[in-house]
Amino acid sequence: MTTLEASDPAPAAAARWAGLAVVGLVVLATLYAAFTLYLAGQPLLGVLMLVLAGAVAAIFSRPAFYATRFIFPGLVAVAVFIAFPVAYTIGLGFTNYSSFNLLTFERATEVILSRGTVDPETEQPFALIPDGDGLRLALPEAGLISEPLALDGTETEIVLAPGTPAAEPLAMRDVVARRAALQALTLTGPDGLRLQSSGLRRFAAITPEYTPRPDGTLLGAGGDVLTPNHEIGFYETETGEAVAPGWRVFVGLENFERIFASEGIRGPMVSIFLWTVAFAFLSMAGCFAVGLTLAVILQWPHLAGRGIYRILLILPYAVPAFISILVFRGLFNQNFGEVNLILEALFGLRPEWFTDGGLARTMIVIVNIWLGYPYMMLLAMGFLQNVPADHKKAAALEGAGAMRVFFTITLPQIVPPFLPLLIATFAFNFNNLVLILLLTRGLPDIPGTVIPAGQTDILGSFTYRIAFTDSAQQFGLAGAITFLIFVVVAALAYANFVAMRRAADRRFKGT
Amino acid sequence: MIVEHPGRLRLKKIAAHGFLIGFLVLIMFPFLVVVSISFREGNFTTGSLLPENPTLEHWYLAFGLDYVRADGTVVEPPYPVLRWMWNSVKIGLVASAGIVALATISAYAFSRIRFRGRAGMLDALFIIQMFPTTLMLVALFAIFDNLGEVTPILGIDAHTALILIYMSQITLHVWTIKGYFDALDPALDKAAQIDGATPWQTFRHVFLPLAVPIVAVVFVLSFIGVINDYPIASVLLRSEEQLTLAVGSRLYLNEFRYLWGDFAAAAILSGLPITVVFMIAQRYLVAGLSEGAVKG
Repeated sequence: MTTLEASDPAPAAAARWAGLAVVGLVVLATLYAAFTLYLAGQPLLGVLMLVLAGAVAAIFSRPAFYATRFIFPGLVAVAVFIAFPVAYTIGLGFTNYSSFNLLTFERATEVILSRGTVDPETEQPFALIPDGDGLRLALPEAGLISEPLALDGTETEIVLAPGTPAAEPLAMRDVVARRAALQALTLTGPDGLRLQSSGLRRFAAITPEYTPRPDGTLLGAGGDVLTPNHEIGFYETETGEAVAPGWRVFVGLENFERIFASEGIRGPMVSIFLWTVAFAFLSMAGCFAVGLTLAVILQWPHLAGRGIYRILLILPYAVPAFISILVFRGLFNQNFGEVNLILEALFGLRPEWFTDGGLARTMIVIVNIWLGYPYMMLLAMGFLQNVPADHKKAAALEGAGAMRVFFTITLPQIVPPFLPLLIATFAFNFNNLVLILLLTRGLPDIPGTVIPAGQTDILGSFTYRIAFTDSAQQFGLAGAITFLIFVVVAALAYANFVAMRRAADRRFKGT
Repeated sequence: MIVEHPGRLRLKKIAAHGFLIGFLVLIMFPFLVVVSISFREGNFTTGSLLPENPTLEHWYLAFGLDYVRADGTVVEPPYPVLRWMWNSVKIGLVASAGIVALATISAYAFSRIRFRGRAGMLDALFIIQMFPTTLMLVALFAIFDNLGEVTPILGIDAHTALILIYMSQITLHVWTIKGYFDALDPALDKAAQIDGATPWQTFRHVFLPLAVPIVAVVFVLSFIGVINDYPIASVLLRSEEQLTLAVGSRLYLNEFRYLWGDFAAAAILSGLPITVVFMIAQRYLVAGLSEGAVKG
């Protein structure tokens, strides 16, 4: 072991200063990040970073917070990447955030203002000519060329003067790479020429469709007026029609109202919720029953080769789950999967595992028990060892059969310590996204719904589909459903917590 | 043990072995089929468990090599499997190292330092541990999509973003390591204290060396956890080059491009290393798994 004697004071002081310098640097970096985030239009994250910087400064400079230094990094990780995203997701449930209302108000306004009518008379190709470190923008048809430009996105107004290119133009690929900078440019030239980017290869005079007015409305080229409506997050025409793109606004409980009141959503929601509960329960009960049965058999002292059986039986647990699930996806394939080949050879059956809702659900539960029984078996083997042998002996001497002994002596003794694990398993399967997403993706779909909802979808995969696979990307609705999942999970987590406490107390009293 | 009739005992033994072997055949069936399929010709062919015309085509493709068939046609690998493996391993190693560091230091403080709010924080960690990734997917996408506009390092398709998220999954591991530290003799820190060691020095020189076994277990468990993640990675990764194995493998069994044979070889190639590590270390891993779950 290394020596622990107090080292002499000079290096200790140096180490302390070095430590303070590191803390200072971290604080400065965090402050810089906060500032950048604020400037980038992320005030929420900016404030989060600001709080973080303050906390780092306080905790690592004041000896009173010595103990906190140990847990601070871990707690920050949990707070920033678990607690904050959970709260943020639920918060989004109260907004209309979706692919229609994706932007901020400022961005949405910019997008509408940037729309313009291209004047085909003035449209012409352009070329970028390398010149030293910079690039000259040339309009060969008009015979105009600019001074060398950096094209880093900072330039806006470019003055062109008559001239001809002195070198070969840049290849199309390199031009495309500077697309963003080119789109920000306005070219001015002789005779009041004003041109803007009108495509990947062209510049043209563009008349804006809308111009902003001081009262916040936008005046159209045809005299029509767009008024921003912050209730729904869209600009509206005089007749009340919404103009895309919209922006994010708080809509209160609207998403929740849709879940509970809209027939097209409530129907599938109820069916999905019931299936989620059934799936989680069947998986838990199935894994428990299979695992416990195997554990009891493996615990039988007369059985030879128990070690080998144990190793082979936990194999499904050792293979990465995503691989096993995909293997099953292939095996259950209706047309050339091995499962159907065997079933057809033996019984002449060809079950439609992926297109029939009931069969798809059966398949999911079978696969999940295959994946999950080894964990239960291993835990059960541990708990079975704690059941006193003399209790069983006494019962057997009284004339109880093996089954009777198991159900009256063994089972009641192992269920209480098992309870928290069963609750945790239930909660895990309640949100077993990996299984559903890799095996069926929630298919087959429930017919006649307004949102994508499948017969094997659990609440979590349903949310995933609403937010990420459906083109409408209804993040707001997904957030609202997430809140419902959160309520269930929180209840389960609390139940698990209480069960765990009880199990711990019992063990404490027992020993 | 109760004395049993020898004849009945033998019958029971035969029944037990029969049941276990029957069960094992069912359990092993998928593994055997996948091995067989990886040597079969083509992506749709069905056949016996022992392939009639064994071919290494799928294995060549899994290793990223072109395969020349007997008739001269050249088959190119459909997906960069080795690249995906490297992505998964890289992300897994870095994130697990972070998890282990954060969890060990926190666990030490929770086990040995008395401070205000300790019990409450532990309980909170236990509750948060139950929160599934489902609860935060939307926000993670929104946050990193926006951060990507500030810096691409933290944007969609960046591995750094994924690593940061995975690194925060320490809640369960804090409990596991804390249980291990709780079981260590308190005389150890007393001795270190009398020698004038600060809590940090006690941690660094006494507890850390003793924690190597549990740290190894937590490292492997979190590595497996990271490798197995599908939802977060599938939301944050876009381009084929950046995918992890879990997200990429899904592409093989697409409804419109079904590469069953190629998948089989790639699956064995990528699943075997983890399986072997797990089987070798299984006794310790299982103890670590139930430890965190059982100790209150």
